Amino acid sequence: MSTTAVGKPMDRVDGRLKVTGAARYAAEHDYPNLAHAVLVTSTISKGTIAEVVTAAAVKARGVAAVVTHKNAPKMKVPEPFGGEKPSAGSTTAPVLNTDQVFWFGQPVAIVIAETLEQARHAAQLVRVTYQEQPANLTLDSAGKVTTPKKIMTEATTVEIGHAERALKAATLKVDAVYETPQFNHNAIELHATVAAWDGGKLTVHDTAQFVFGVQADLATRFGLKPADVRALAPLVGGGFGGKGVAWPSTYLAPLAAKVVGRPVKLVLARDQIYGCVGGRPPIRQRVAVAADKDGKLTALIQAGRSATGTTNQFVEQFTFPARHLYACPNIYLTQETIALDTCPPTFMRAPGECPGTFALESALDELSYQLKIDPVRLRQINEPDKDPTTGAPFSNRKYQEALALGAEKFGWNRRTPEPRSMADGRMLVGLGMATATYPVYRMPGSARVAVSADGTAVVQSGCHEMGMGTATAQTQIAADLLGLPVEKVRFELGDTNLPFAMVAGGSSQTISVAAAVSAAVAELKGVVLKLATAGPLEGLKPAAVAVRDGGLYRTDDPASGESFASILQRAGRKSAEAKAEVMPGAEMQKWSMHSYGAQFCEVRVDPDFGTVRVVRFVGAFDVGRVMNAKTARSQFLGGITMGLGMALLEETHRDGRTGRIVNADLAEYMVPVHADVPAIEAYWVGDPDPHTPMGAHGIGEIGITGVAAAVANAVYHATGRRVRRVPITPERLLAAPRDG
Amino acid sequence: MAPSDDPDRRDFIQGVTAGGLALGLGAATSADPPADVGQPIPMKLTINGQDRELQIEPRVTLLDALREVLHLTGSKKGCDHGQCGACTVLIDGRRVNSCLTLAVAAAGGQVTTIEGLAKGEELHPLQAAFIKHDAFQCGYCTPGQICSAVGLMAEGHAKSDADVRELMSGNICRCGAYPNIVAAVQEVQQLAAKENP
Repeated sequence: MSTTAVGKPMDRVDGRLKVTGAARYAAEHDYPNLAHAVLVTSTISKGTIAEVVTAAAVKARGVAAVVTHKNAPKMKVPEPFGGEKPSAGSTTAPVLNTDQVFWFGQPVAIVIAETLEQARHAAQLVRVTYQEQPANLTLDSAGKVTTPKKIMTEATTVEIGHAERALKAATLKVDAVYETPQFNHNAIELHATVAAWDGGKLTVHDTAQFVFGVQADLATRFGLKPADVRALAPLVGGGFGGKGVAWPSTYLAPLAAKVVGRPVKLVLARDQIYGCVGGRPPIRQRVAVAADKDGKLTALIQAGRSATGTTNQFVEQFTFPARHLYACPNIYLTQETIALDTCPPTFMRAPGECPGTFALESALDELSYQLKIDPVRLRQINEPDKDPTTGAPFSNRKYQEALALGAEKFGWNRRTPEPRSMADGRMLVGLGMATATYPVYRMPGSARVAVSADGTAVVQSGCHEMGMGTATAQTQIAADLLGLPVEKVRFELGDTNLPFAMVAGGSSQTISVAAAVSAAVAELKGVVLKLATAGPLEGLKPAAVAVRDGGLYRTDDPASGESFASILQRAGRKSAEAKAEVMPGAEMQKWSMHSYGAQFCEVRVDPDFGTVRVVRFVGAFDVGRVMNAKTARSQFLGGITMGLGMALLEETHRDGRTGRIVNADLAEYMVPVHADVPAIEAYWVGDPDPHTPMGAHGIGEIGITGVAAAVANAVYHATGRRVRRVPITPERLLAAPRDG
Repeated sequence: MAPSDDPDRRDFIQGVTAGGLALGLGAATSADPPADVGQPIPMKLTINGQDRELQIEPRVTLLDALREVLHLTGSKKGCDHGQCGACTVLIDGRRVNSCLTLAVAAAGGQVTTIEGLAKGEELHPLQAAFIKHDAFQCGYCTPGQICSAVGLMAEGHAKSDADVRELMSGNICRCGAYPNIVAAVQEVQQLAAKENP
């Protein structure tokens, strides 16, 4: 395959739709006789519903129905996400089929009316009273503590050598506790579902990162065959993991539609998303690292507790980065969960690697000051020659190259090592860095490729676009595989009527789908060859021809061949197509496959007010071959920006008495705005991984990893104050003891 | 002219009063709303140069009127509280949060939405620059960012990158396209400044 399109900074294929307002997202699909639904949600964290008074709401103008646990049709609760079958089950709570309340913000009633205003008004007239029980709301509460049997497919505890013993013996060491609060995704598109029944068939337009999971979930809940449920999400207005499983609103819209016998639109209000969709759980981690005087690590311990739900078993794998990053003879890693009576947590951009690198990379920075070794140098000294915990060879680790690239672009050598040693007027200046890392995940994928007599091609896979540039990158990939110009290729996605694709998660989509497209193109070769009953390809076996330049060409005589269009025209066919399903190979077992990067941050800190401004940020990444230089850069920028939010702004605050989230809006849950974000530079090594499709890695998540540590490390360098709890607010910074 | 002499302004005040009354009573403890809650009223809006007659409740926001009644879904709802800017439209050239504006309050004004910026197939320079600089990812905040940038340029206060950042801070992009948005806005601004010094 010649890479004419792959790697180029091509404009997004859906760019015009998005800048003209023509792009349609889930809530923007209209049906005749569409009704509007509004949820009523619980105002306690745990207990039972004593009474729901709906009389006033039912009588209100325009109201079609009020659905509560008293009158809701029964739904079957599907398996939670992560089992054998594709499932998008977010929680096992039988929402609206129970009088039990499992968390604050759980839906307890649906009001359906002619207009949105009528539904919203009537929802305010529903009165719910409860029998409240004490709730477990914090990491220190009486919630059930569990050491998970496994975390995804990996062992929960990893022990190599004798880490505690080595730590005790060491003189140069750090042993500290790091905390990260709950975060919420806050995609700007509100979670929304439009549901329409046609007899026993259901169509939903959903804000989903996993349409086939939604299909399976709804089929189980409503007792349908999966083929009778069509889920569509060709465009999603940001997900970040928050739309990866089917949260209650996804099935309450079809439930409401069933009750009123007409199509229903349900859009969550912003504050309801905090109660109806899980966030990243709060985590407390101990990290202990020790080294000899030359900087070689002698002990590495990371252990801690993350919150999970009482109605799911989500485990944030924060010890994963430490399994693969640094050479160390004594490693101990383990984690446990505590079940809280809060909306069950879920995946949020780089689950595990994001909070894990905050703690680990902060601790390494602390160690660098003990050792008086430059933080970049410390990471060069501890480069492993094989995976430090599995012993597997690396597929294509280029961490040191990324580290060197980032340091050079950032100008790391201007940094003076002592804390508080750099200033700009009265402002303290700090330079900090941290390692970024994210695994290479690959999932099953399938695709259909069709070429037409008019010289165009259509490529389909039921995968997802929520900003990553999926359709654009896959168009480039398919164009190169077929040898067609990108203008002649159209990629379709986000629909269960298309070939199966997994969740857009784990940064796995690009290579999983690319492998399927590649296999489908290989299949297509045989299909088209059968139609070539005359001309230069007549009678040839598939092995004797190659797909190139929009057609098939003899491998023994590359000048001899024929275009798809010409073959099809002669055969009197409008088009020919082929489909392929591809499972991931055994490469993940054979190789240690990860992406790496180095994050560099410069801050200005006001010494009196403790306000931190990030003035420059550079990320350099080792992510295999990049499919589109323009959209890839945007993914890195976006990840880094969300990391800046984690470092300095973001935190979900809960009232410790009731469990109510007190900052459930975009003014008080502060995400980065324009004025918070400086010039950000993103670079990549670009060396293709020989063991992945297209030589590529996923890039959606690595950008956020290491960012919070790079900021915290820069803040320490500026101020001599170590903040081990994000976000680094002025009050936390000024309260931290000062070294130097 | 006193406000009460202006027929549009008078309609506006009556509309807002009716809408406010409905909202106020809705939040009150009375279980029985008054009979006139939710009574649609006629109003005329001018959207992208076209007059549109609507029969909607006075409490309907401009954003919901655009999206749910007129099916102009380019204007986005991200918070419904004036905090995210995804709903930004232009009224008489000024950028406003359409989620915080009652539709009746827009009567008599020229409302421009994202759908009204291109001239046929020819994109507005900001729309073209947003594509060129990849100034969006998921695209959901994009109509608001672009409308806000049109308003920003008309205001004429943003000279530096820092100015653009400050004056565009009412438009949140969770995908984090901010540096690319600044680049797109600055390119169009500087080009406009050259053409019309």
